[in-house]
Amino acid sequence: MSRTLILVGTSKGAFILDGGGDRTGWAISGPLCEGWPIHDLQWDPATNSIYAGGGSPWFGPAVFRSDDLGRTWTHSSEGMTYGDDGEKIPSVWNVTPAHGSIYAGVQPAGLFRSDDGGKTWSHVSGLRDHPSRQDPGWSPGAGGLICHTIVPHPTDADRMWVAISAVGTFATEDGGATWEARNRGVLDCNSPNPYPETGQCVHKLVMAAGEPETLYQQNHCGVFRSSDAGRTWSQVDKGLPSEFGFVAAPHPRESSAFWVIPLTHPEEGRLAPDGALAVWRTRDRGDTWERQSKGLPQEDAYVGVYREALSTDRGDPAGIYFGTSTGQLYGSTDEGSSWSRIADNLPPIWGVQAIEVD
Amino acid sequence: MAVIVILPRSLVSLIPGTSRSTEVEATTVAEAIDRLDERTPGLRNRIVDSGPVIRTHINVFVDGELARLDTALGPSSTIHVIPAVSGG
Repeated sequence: MSRTLILVGTSKGAFILDGGGDRTGWAISGPLCEGWPIHDLQWDPATNSIYAGGGSPWFGPAVFRSDDLGRTWTHSSEGMTYGDDGEKIPSVWNVTPAHGSIYAGVQPAGLFRSDDGGKTWSHVSGLRDHPSRQDPGWSPGAGGLICHTIVPHPTDADRMWVAISAVGTFATEDGGATWEARNRGVLDCNSPNPYPETGQCVHKLVMAAGEPETLYQQNHCGVFRSSDAGRTWSQVDKGLPSEFGFVAAPHPRESSAFWVIPLTHPEEGRLAPDGALAVWRTRDRGDTWERQSKGLPQEDAYVGVYREALSTDRGDPAGIYFGTSTGQLYGSTDEGSSWSRIADNLPPIWGVQAIEVD
Repeated sequence: MAVIVILPRSLVSLIPGTSRSTEVEATTVAEAIDRLDERTPGLRNRIVDSGPVIRTHINVFVDGELARLDTALGPSSTIHVIPAVSGG
């Protein structure tokens, strides 16, 4: 019988919560990864390994790997460099296993690949060779110039999407050699040109279940969907309390369903609107939205939810989990209809990933 | 020449096989770190950034004086690798 684990990245290390076979109890282990700031954790079912990406203010970037569900870890950043004359890399923001390789998105924005399980890394230089990095240039958002999202194609190893804050979405169809900006129709509300080729501040990019051509994104300026692999986008946030938010997570089986957590605009703090915490679900690709808040604090909950901190499991009904900027972890085992607090006193949560293990 | 390298506890716990105090043969700080990295691969990456330079929030002292990678060592120098207070 499989059991559900929630992998949690925080500003003070990683944590693993074990919900057993019935998604209850939630025994906590941690802090893991030597207490390093950890942005993202992912599971590689091909090797039964957990990968964690982060960076120490003292010791630099690293991808940690555990082959025993978090009891022991190795780590490496060997080869994770832009060269002796290049910009220094302080941190890994995303780590994603795909097609036998491990990919890492880093700050300042770039992509690295490991073909030996995370021991050594090589630069996927084609992304930073995109002409937009020189003209008009890649500028950092409030969180830095970060490659925070990697979306591999489920069956075609040559195809992949990445998202970079304040720069936009890019896609490759030749294994990373060349990349194309895919931001047409995505609003840039911080620019005199509202629809530039690049410069959009994508916060999270996800793929619809079973439909590799369908993508959803939560952006600084709204929620968007694409049905043509990101070549064109439509804004789909009508009915949400705010266009702004960081997270998005797809339903594990329903291609039309995904969740977001709207927050107040940056000038207003990036917090739960009116101090009432809620997750919003669409089941029609963003045409309409449903507020889900039963069991979540509805008074004086002035918390945020960072970009990696929402995840669904593969249960039926699906479980959904999110962590807050103040260390609370909430979960639902009925697709968001009701919620409970799983953990209350973790460090600020940066990443949440639900996995099933044997 | 034999020198002593003193590592911080946080590095020793991070990298299995390292010790708080290790004797190596080296004539510069860079050589001493390289010798340690040969024994425990990955150590250099945690101390040295691209450039190569010592990482911003790590200080290295040779016989009590702030040092760089090319700082020369004496015949019985002691190297202290210390995480800076500024690291966060």
